[in-house]
Amino acid sequence: MEKYLRFIAAPALLSLLFLPFGGLKRAVALFGFLAILIPALKGLFRYLIKHKERFIFKMPQIDKKIILIPILLLSFSLPFAAKDYIVDIAILTCIYIILAQGLNIIVGFTGLLNLGFAAYYAIGAYTYAILTARLGFDFWTALPFSLALSALSGLLLAIPALRLRGDYFAIVTLGFGEIVHLILNNWDSLTYGPNGISGIAAPSVMGISFESLNYYYYFVLVITIVALIIINNVHSSNIGRAWISIREDEIASSSMGINTMSYKLYSSAFGAFWAGLAGVLFAAKMKFISPESFTFMESVLILCMVILGGIGSIAGVTIGAAVLVVLPELLREVQHYRMILLGAGLIALMIFRPQGILGGRGVSLRG
Amino acid sequence: MYLLEVRSLTKHFGGIRALEDVSFKVKEGAIMSIIGPNGAGKTTLFNCITGITKPTKGKIVFSNIDIASMQPHKIARYGIYRTFQNIRLFRDMTVLENVLVSLHNQLKSRIFGSIFRTARFISEENEAAQRAMEYLEFVGLQSAAESKAESLSYGEQRRLEIARAMAGEPHLVLLDEPTAGMNPQETAEVIELIKRLQSIGKTVLFIEHDMNVVMEISEWIVVLDHGVMIAEGTPYETRNNPLVIEAYLGKEI
Repeated sequence: MEKYLRFIAAPALLSLLFLPFGGLKRAVALFGFLAILIPALKGLFRYLIKHKERFIFKMPQIDKKIILIPILLLSFSLPFAAKDYIVDIAILTCIYIILAQGLNIIVGFTGLLNLGFAAYYAIGAYTYAILTARLGFDFWTALPFSLALSALSGLLLAIPALRLRGDYFAIVTLGFGEIVHLILNNWDSLTYGPNGISGIAAPSVMGISFESLNYYYYFVLVITIVALIIINNVHSSNIGRAWISIREDEIASSSMGINTMSYKLYSSAFGAFWAGLAGVLFAAKMKFISPESFTFMESVLILCMVILGGIGSIAGVTIGAAVLVVLPELLREVQHYRMILLGAGLIALMIFRPQGILGGRGVSLRG
Repeated sequence: MYLLEVRSLTKHFGGIRALEDVSFKVKEGAIMSIIGPNGAGKTTLFNCITGITKPTKGKIVFSNIDIASMQPHKIARYGIYRTFQNIRLFRDMTVLENVLVSLHNQLKSRIFGSIFRTARFISEENEAAQRAMEYLEFVGLQSAAESKAESLSYGEQRRLEIARAMAGEPHLVLLDEPTAGMNPQETAEVIELIKRLQSIGKTVLFIEHDMNVVMEISEWIVVLDHGVMIAEGTPYETRNNPLVIEAYLGKEI
């Protein structure tokens, strides 16, 4: 009896709340609808969780070259075959791949949960925007300043924040993200506040401007590939091993002679560096930026890419970033429901493949 | 010649006296053990020596340097490496990578080398992998080099911890209950391993509950009880010390 009461209580409460807005008839209809839907969903979830093993799929081991070569061919030939709209999305995908890889260095390799990653992205983008649009620098002189400033901000924030551990560290980084967003919104004389900065320079090499979409796509694609190679190289070097050892067991790591504090700072600066690069590429593509692009939701989105792809896995995070850029575009038709679908997708992922698409077995988010 | 000297070491956790005025010396090249009932402060002593907890008072002198309150990685660089009672391997890394982490301080490559894969970087990495394999061979794990550390059996994990500690090329190796939870055959292997550590010139200080192991290989035994050092001496002296018997078995009526 009590069981049925519970099923009725939730729809009853919801339709009661709906009553003042929709009138009695609609409220009753809603009650009926929910009274069927909620138990049905509950049953479905219970079934799925109970038979979880049946749905867990294992990643087949395939030679990397077999996958890599077609992807490279496809991405290089894309502008010949595709519409501008698709090339535009491809550029965005590349930018988010760099961003997600940057966060993966901090969260995935070193195990520091950073919830304010969009701040470094913003610092890179805004430094580039201010230097080019307001001070007349060109791409190649503004780039090093932007990268250096984002890396430095990653380092400087980490110094006080790393006195804290786990969840407390995450909260401080979240606060940092908000602070940067607020500064961008309110320091009118420097950032033009919510109006944003326009007239940002596009890159050029030896007089050839990359202003056109296809040129810019190749430019970003090459940078993304170089970034992936560099990150992969560092990951499999002594520096990468030091980071991973900190994630795996900080006490053991320091007892084996790793200066954990300086490697955590290192990782934070290195991750922020890539965010800065993504910020520059984003600003140069859009030619206009405003604080709206660098909110907390942006940090969450980047974190979702890392979690979806598999924390700590470079290939996985690349896939995660591509999926989370492309999927919302595909779902544009059903715009109102796409956040619900994405949410449901992430919940399903957490149940059936908690380590992400390509994540290692033992890696998960922990403080 | 003494390698390590602990002088009136005291550690209080709030009102709990984990260690109270503990002093002893470790001879270079010796195998020495620390025994005592549960909660006697043995692991706290190890944590103080390796810098994981800061002592409240006292000195820890290691080859004429006071290392008390230093950071763990600095102490490791002076030449003290350890294993842990509750195995602390890098579970998601391979067996080989676990050992490579300890070689970190002997590698000179920095970010430039690792990004551009310079010839020097590659030869250094290969050399490091080779040396790591040697340490794995020392503990008999060379065939498992590419498997994940978490996939090893319990005894193998303990041996990997020893290999990882050795890769730091320490002068002093601290082993925290190296035979805990092992069957007699595995225990015999660890005894053999500790003897071999001594034969290649390492000084070994270990915590152990298995009295057969302690009596068989220790040259000197320190006995702790409730944070106080109640005795020290050779295995023979310790075995017949009434204070030690009392700590383990209770007072005679």
